[in-house]
Amino acid sequence: MSFKSISQIAGSAMNAQTVRLNTIASNLANASTAASSEAEVYRARKPVFAAIYERAAFTEDAMPGARVQVLDVVQSTEPVRPVYEPDNPLADENGIVFYPNVNPVAEMTDMMSAARAFETNVEVLNRVKSMQQALLKLGEG
Amino acid sequence: MAINFDNVLGLHDEALRLRADRMKILASNLANVDTPGYQARDIDFAASLQRALGEGDFGLALDDGAPELLYRVPNHPSQDGNTVELAVEQAEFSQNAMDFQTSLTFITMKLRGLAKVIEG
Repeated sequence: MSFKSISQIAGSAMNAQTVRLNTIASNLANASTAASSEAEVYRARKPVFAAIYERAAFTEDAMPGARVQVLDVVQSTEPVRPVYEPDNPLADENGIVFYPNVNPVAEMTDMMSAARAFETNVEVLNRVKSMQQALLKLGEG
Repeated sequence: MAINFDNVLGLHDEALRLRADRMKILASNLANVDTPGYQARDIDFAASLQRALGEGDFGLALDDGAPELLYRVPNHPSQDGNTVELAVEQAEFSQNAMDFQTSLTFITMKLRGLAKVIEG
């Protein structure tokens, strides 16, 4: 039976979604962190997911599953927002401060999607647990 | 009259194993719901069961009875090449879990029947 690898698959997905939630929290927290130059300003981060296929030879199983791996966390290449704020102590000689390229609306929807995906995998784990428990009770009663 | 466990359980033990294996495939699909380029997979359960039982016309003697992994055809292809549709996979997963329980119940009933025969 392949219950153990199901737990590993769901676990890897939960881990990946946690990393995603982590970057979203970081993006939202720094959404209005100004900086005095374009190079210093915070840029939105995003994780890149990839599937890792189990090798059939290792699992002696005809059907390899696929876990999730966080390949990298990349910074967004969208332009940052220059804003004219001469009162800001961080403003450069032209009175410009730079704000991050974080889009709060996109981050919020991304957060919902990540939370839903996480919950789905919790549900997978629960189901597999109850299936395994039912299997252990086979022949009783 | 000899009682053979294979005859008593019929196809249910193979079905149970296949359901557990399919669970893994569907769990993989659900896990990779946000992985760009991931292609959702599944097996044809009826064909796989026939194959596992050595029935049907597959022609090749080399066939080890292992299920054939197919690709799911998405209703709406997405831009990033991912063919997992969360609702579809959740429904299949749920259905598969119920079918697993059903097979398990059938086996339990068969075993209970056997126990009754033995104990009288």
